[in-house]
Amino acid sequence: MIILTGNDLKTGDVVWWTGDGWSRHVGHAVFVGSGEEPGGAAEIMHREEAARAVNGPYEVEATDEGAGPVPSHIKERMRAAGPSVRLDLGVQAEG
Amino acid sequence: MADWPRYRDDAAVNEPAVTLEAFLAQPEAVAVRIEPGADVRELVPHLARLKLVEIGFPTYRDGRGYSAARILREEGYQGELRAEGDVLLDQLAYMRRCGFDSFAPAATIDAGKAVAAIGRWPYHYQKAADGLKAGAAPPIWALRHG
Amino acid sequence: MYQYDEYDQKMVETRVAEFRDQVERRLSGDLTEDQFTPLRLMNGLYLQLHAYMLRVAVPYGTLSAAQMRMLAQIARKYDKGYGHFTTRQNIQYNWIQLKDAPDILADLATVEMHAIQTSGNCIRNISSDQFAGVAKDEVCDPRPYAELLRQWSSFHPEFSYLPRKFKFAVIASAEDRAAMRLHDIGIEMVRNDADELGAKFFAGGGMGRTPMIGPCVREFVPADALISYSEAILRVYNRYGRRDNKYKARIKILVHELGIEEFRRQVEAEFAHMHPLDLDPPRAELTRIQAFFAPPAYEPLPDGFDDSDPDFKLWADANLHPHKVPGYAAATISLKPVGGIPGDASAEQMDLIADLAARYSMDEVRVTHAQNLVLPNVRQADLYALWQELDAAGLAPANLDLASDIIACPGLDYCSLANARSIPIAQKLAQRLAPVERDLGELKIKISGCINACGHHHAGHIGILGVDRKGVENYQLLLGGSGAEDVSLAKITGPGFDENGIVDAVETVTNLYRKRREDGERFVDTYRRLGMDPFKEALYG
Repeated sequence: MIILTGNDLKTGDVVWWTGDGWSRHVGHAVFVGSGEEPGGAAEIMHREEAARAVNGPYEVEATDEGAGPVPSHIKERMRAAGPSVRLDLGVQAEG
Repeated sequence: MADWPRYRDDAAVNEPAVTLEAFLAQPEAVAVRIEPGADVRELVPHLARLKLVEIGFPTYRDGRGYSAARILREEGYQGELRAEGDVLLDQLAYMRRCGFDSFAPAATIDAGKAVAAIGRWPYHYQKAADGLKAGAAPPIWALRHG
Repeated sequence: MYQYDEYDQKMVETRVAEFRDQVERRLSGDLTEDQFTPLRLMNGLYLQLHAYMLRVAVPYGTLSAAQMRMLAQIARKYDKGYGHFTTRQNIQYNWIQLKDAPDILADLATVEMHAIQTSGNCIRNISSDQFAGVAKDEVCDPRPYAELLRQWSSFHPEFSYLPRKFKFAVIASAEDRAAMRLHDIGIEMVRNDADELGAKFFAGGGMGRTPMIGPCVREFVPADALISYSEAILRVYNRYGRRDNKYKARIKILVHELGIEEFRRQVEAEFAHMHPLDLDPPRAELTRIQAFFAPPAYEPLPDGFDDSDPDFKLWADANLHPHKVPGYAAATISLKPVGGIPGDASAEQMDLIADLAARYSMDEVRVTHAQNLVLPNVRQADLYALWQELDAAGLAPANLDLASDIIACPGLDYCSLANARSIPIAQKLAQRLAPVERDLGELKIKISGCINACGHHHAGHIGILGVDRKGVENYQLLLGGSGAEDVSLAKITGPGFDENGIVDAVETVTNLYRKRREDGERFVDTYRRLGMDPFKEALYG
């Protein structure tokens, strides 16, 4: 399944599409329809980037683990959490 | 003094800029268009009859046109040197220094912003096409040593 | 060290104002991200895995105490209290906000620093020998030439939209401490038969996807033609470097595809055209710059110091480099504590190092391409006191050029290009090998988290390359590289390993070395003598 991510333009924070905005917490992300279908990923990303609500949005594969989406690829899990060698930094440090 | 987008006092050239190949085949042609991959040195024997060289920037990321412009100025070309295509505000100052004296951006640039961008830098560290002319602003090393 | 005059200061301030304007235009939507990207990159600002990352230039790796203090202050004020020293002698901050970037550049400008051209397809920061000016074996101080190149390449109107990035290194000794042959242009300052100084030019070296050792373009370029010769090479590259394929766009591919003879012919033709255009600054400008690098007021002192404290002796034996002035030494501060993050320094550590530089090293610090720092001008009589202060701050690992002195790129922990993590591998390897590292002797382990090779894995005696194998981190092992004067490119041993497997594999090859080495051989010497086969046999049986 697909979730959307990008960075906040002003702060650079990693953010995830929640259905009505962008959150720093991947757990708040919602699954969206992929590609060009109405209301799907392409439309959301185009609209949100044009409004500068997000910078460089793209689609990410994720699975539903009950407590919210979990990105399939390690790189996206790293983005969601913070560096694995500095557990005191990033969203992971906020408990 | 002439100003954005054409820094020349002579009359505009109304002849169409033809391809390099066509220009070399037509002894009466006075305007040529140079694409990024072309060797601008092929024009050197014909500089006397040239009035306009238009250098195309299909994308601003392709910097070959800067070398083409500077080479033409180094070879003594005095005619109009026009930057055409994906010519953006933040590249104008460097283009001027490489010898471009007219601009035809695909997307309009506000004249006030263009003039400010071109005039932003008070000094420069190295010679470029602007260093070829008598009376041009000298590079910093020349200012330091008189 | 070099000090800005009104022109230098004005240029940096103009750049800050320009970037402030560009950031405002991006935030207001006047600039698209595609248009903004090269502008921010040319000011060192990346969009990285977790946030924006800012890379600050440390020209030829030389810093004053005041500059180091500013680096600490930026870490505290705008980042998360630390910075990361890189393999090109720069420092980068991992948690920068775009809206703060112009203020950071303005702060840097107050101490004559900047982030100009630390990224982008332009001429990057000029790197050099960390012992420049104090090394016994140099023919001259290479930094004045690097400074000439820095100024020439700053805001160069013709060479700011090159096919790809472009890196210079300038050294002045036969021992190469800057991986000079692995740069787009490598310059070795040399003396000719008439005892004149000049530049031996190499071009087309590099690592990355297609590693190449740069061949010599010209044996001797007179020092007065350094700029015009560089200009000729850059013009040939700008015109004919490939732009159809990002992975083939570096100058090494052009040199390789043309062949060095044809490349040299084109460069010489362009040089013949450009040299008469008076592009080179006058000798007086070099002299002006050289005056800033004049040797400081060294005291007449005898060589020798008390190393009766065994812990201090370990450090002194490993981390000191001979100084050209008797009674002095260049001391390397290792940023490689076992289990730490290679190249990282906290704001508190940076402040302390600035303080130590002011008290013990005539106000100077150097950054090395191996991600360590150097105090280049320490009186030998002060070494013990210096070591005690370093040790108290966790800055005295006695491991220079040993197994735990590992170069590692940020890898997947920080970098959006990475395929695998580098830092955890460095940590595990250091933990495994530290107990035997003195027995292993000089061993350069270099780890990259992707094929771009920021961790110099091609140049490691032991190199490790992280790859993505179906979504799982996997590590290839390479042997036999060197970035020094015995430059060579490492070769892959065979199939890769997982995170724990690669640590075992490195131990396997070092054990083989311990069994098969002959007197005085380093790991890489034994590898070169034996060849790959016995190592493969030990690894894959």
